[in-house]
Amino acid sequence: MTGAAFTITAKDLKERFRDRSAIMLAVVVPLGLAFILNLTLGPVTEQSFSTEVAVRDADGGAIAAGFDEMLADIEAAGFVDVNDVATEAEARGLVDDHSVSAAYLLPEGLSEAVAANEEAEIVVVADPDQPIGSQVGTALADGFAWEVNAVRLSVGTALTLGGDDPAALFVAAADEPSPISLASATTEGRGFDFSTFYATGIAVFFMFFTVQFGVLSIIDERENGTMPRLLVAPISRQSILIGKLVASFVVGMASTVVLWLATTLLMGAEWGGSLIVILLIAAGVTAAMGLTAAIATFAKNAEQAGAITAFVVVVFGVLGGTFFPVSRVSGAFSAISRVTPHFWLMEGFQRSSAGEGIVDILPAIGAILAFAIVLGSIGLFRARDLVRHQ
Amino acid sequence: MTDVVLECSGLRKVYGDLVAVDDVRFSIAAGETYGLLGPNGAGKTTTISMIAGLLDNDGGTAIVSGNVITTKSTAAKAAIGLVPQDLAIYPDLTARENLRFFGKLYGMKTTLNQRVDEILDIIELSDRADDLTKEYSGGMKRRLNIGIGLIHRPDLLILDEPTVGVDPQSRNAILENVERLGAEGMAVLYTTHYMEEAERLCDRVGIIDEGSIIAEGTRRDLVALVGERDRLHLDLSGDASVVEDSVSAIDGVDSCSAAGSALEVVAVSASSALPEVILAVNDAGLDVHSVQISEPDLESVFLHLTGKALRE
Repeated sequence: MTGAAFTITAKDLKERFRDRSAIMLAVVVPLGLAFILNLTLGPVTEQSFSTEVAVRDADGGAIAAGFDEMLADIEAAGFVDVNDVATEAEARGLVDDHSVSAAYLLPEGLSEAVAANEEAEIVVVADPDQPIGSQVGTALADGFAWEVNAVRLSVGTALTLGGDDPAALFVAAADEPSPISLASATTEGRGFDFSTFYATGIAVFFMFFTVQFGVLSIIDERENGTMPRLLVAPISRQSILIGKLVASFVVGMASTVVLWLATTLLMGAEWGGSLIVILLIAAGVTAAMGLTAAIATFAKNAEQAGAITAFVVVVFGVLGGTFFPVSRVSGAFSAISRVTPHFWLMEGFQRSSAGEGIVDILPAIGAILAFAIVLGSIGLFRARDLVRHQ
Repeated sequence: MTDVVLECSGLRKVYGDLVAVDDVRFSIAAGETYGLLGPNGAGKTTTISMIAGLLDNDGGTAIVSGNVITTKSTAAKAAIGLVPQDLAIYPDLTARENLRFFGKLYGMKTTLNQRVDEILDIIELSDRADDLTKEYSGGMKRRLNIGIGLIHRPDLLILDEPTVGVDPQSRNAILENVERLGAEGMAVLYTTHYMEEAERLCDRVGIIDEGSIIAEGTRRDLVALVGERDRLHLDLSGDASVVEDSVSAIDGVDSCSAAGSALEVVAVSASSALPEVILAVNDAGLDVHSVQISEPDLESVFLHLTGKALRE
């Protein structure tokens, strides 16, 4: 049985590699698509928000110093670039020529007015052509004013209750740490960079199309009239089936490994450790074979099987998060996505990309293989309908 | 019988209420070419599908080179070469690769390359052996289709209507190949609905209709069934079916069959029946364009036995 199965596998692979449309679908199209998505969407989605602001400090007192300190913290976090200017006219000029999204004008006597519990004002000059930047700039000033007001309220309350040194109370209140501080942090641990997301997503999506060639070739043998020749040969029907499935597995593995290597070398995608990636690809290809085999046994012909497979693969691809991260959605969609092998493949690659070990990947591999077993069992159970004379 | 390669007895195949093949029995000896002659739908393909191990039979047995054939019997299958009616070759492989692939499935190893070259020579494709078969003409594909059936030197070669849709030149080449195989000692089972092919190639013929073999023997044996009869072929000016009943009723006419404007008549005596046949045609408002009178052939036998023409 092994020899006949190997002969059929070798024949199928030879045919497949001569079929340019198959190579296009297996390697060229997904690789090109991953490149295009990475080039067009990657820079937009990967870019972090940052805006420029200007500060004209005519006060020079404690309040102005506190405002400068707040902006310095935010600048250090990478959200704003602060330009100190000498005059109000210069600050307004920078807004007018769109060099900054907002300018802060700290008037002379601001700190004294605040300490004396008199009316004080910080002017924010916003650029209407930079709506996000100007809203952020205004929000920063609002936040600072709210904190100053809170300190002033604390001092007023302390004086009412018997304090006798307003200046000392003000300094003490201002020195208290803010209950909430702004912090910038990048997500550590799991998380795709977009090159890796597109590379793995496209590879997983096309894996299911590539693998179907092998399974559908059984129907092709029937439609092309060569199945009777195989059935009349002194080989078992299992040999025919095994030969076809092995060819399907090899094609699926080869095309996905090529995509893995190409996107790693050319796009800088980080799929993770080699062993884990190979295991995930092998599990995914097996699940894809199970899915396409199950569909093929219910189809009347190769055309119908191809159409049904395409529909199912596209729906599973969308639900499973090969086009956008399903971690960003919740509710029913998130629950439904888990019933697709695509979800678990993306989950596995996400963990692998984050450097997690094989033990952490095992649940994903287990889920993928569960799909393979269930769908493959349906396919194999009905395989006698697939390998038949007519 | 010595050197019997195929022995069929009581073969039966049923699809629901339809009995597709019933009690088919015949045998083929080494070096003999046996023709299974019958119209489309007579049960020829179902019969050879059971003999080739493509279909399990619902009754009877088929023994090939001493082994009972079933869909799982690899020993019996190894002795059979099948040439399906439809082309059964891989277009993205060369002729050599097609032959090597099927040779390997039959377990050929050391002698495979030599045998491939022999087959390529027999089917006259040696100079195009390494071209993809999708670039071949229809005739070349047909020749390769036969060559694949021969690659493993089968005891029994089954050809299922191999000349359907083939141009006259390729058809003649195919028939010459089959004649050569019979002469070389191979047992050949040849199905056709072309009477001329059966008469030219077959040592014995089984006439099959509605799933049963209704007559079997050499051409001489079968023609004798018709007796001393003449066969008249008339070409009329219109639909011949309108005179079928009236001609059948003429005294001395054994059988009559119409196909388009052609009228086939088997009569005891052509000279006595012809005037009345022409009169019946004229009465129906038709003219006779031509008349051919010949001795009975397998077509006449089929008409005599079934009342139908082979090509109906």
